[in-house]
Amino acid sequence: MRADLFVDVTGQTCPIPLVEMRKAVMKAQKGQVIEIRGTHAASKKEIPMAADSLRLELLEVSDGPDGSWRILIRK
Amino acid sequence: MEKVTIVVHSGELDRFMSALIIGNGFLAMGAEVTLYFTFWALQRLVRGRLSKAPLSRMNFFGLGAWMMRRKMAKAGVASPERLLSDFRAIGGRVIACEMTMEIMGIAKQDLDESLIDEFGAVGLYVHETLGASKTLFI
Repeated sequence: MRADLFVDVTGQTCPIPLVEMRKAVMKAQKGQVIEIRGTHAASKKEIPMAADSLRLELLEVSDGPDGSWRILIRK
Repeated sequence: MEKVTIVVHSGELDRFMSALIIGNGFLAMGAEVTLYFTFWALQRLVRGRLSKAPLSRMNFFGLGAWMMRRKMAKAGVASPERLLSDFRAIGGRVIACEMTMEIMGIAKQDLDESLIDEFGAVGLYVHETLGASKTLFI
């Protein structure tokens, strides 16, 4: 799936991945897909929690090499 | 929408950073957040003092705070400047306590007004908190 907005928080720690996700959600139009890539382990669990609180659709959570992850959310 | 108010009373780096991190966390999860800067925390809003904070414990005349800042930078933790600017960028509000300004002799022009949304006293905090579902005192 192709994302409309891309957020790279590789190497960033709490709370920046959540904050950058929130900024992207504010910028996105309804229906657009946001892709977030990062390495902070807790954020891999917390971004889906935020998607739930913000009533957004969680499309995908996947693991990459060296503890990296990718999350797709639809606004 | 859930509403949260946080009294930021402590000016020490560790406590003040906790308030900014928690505030950003609530905003990221969709809550409406207001930070009330009062007493020692208000000193952090004086121009150029945001990062010049001691630690609440093991400060050792500034050496502890210096080491903590180094450790935080190494761990990739965002600076207080970035956390406060992000906080406002995602919709958070910052209120400066007017009574603290009177007690501590801080004038509006001493404060970095680019970091502040509004000036107010306890009434403003209480009024907002009566309509909030959570409040914290840090």
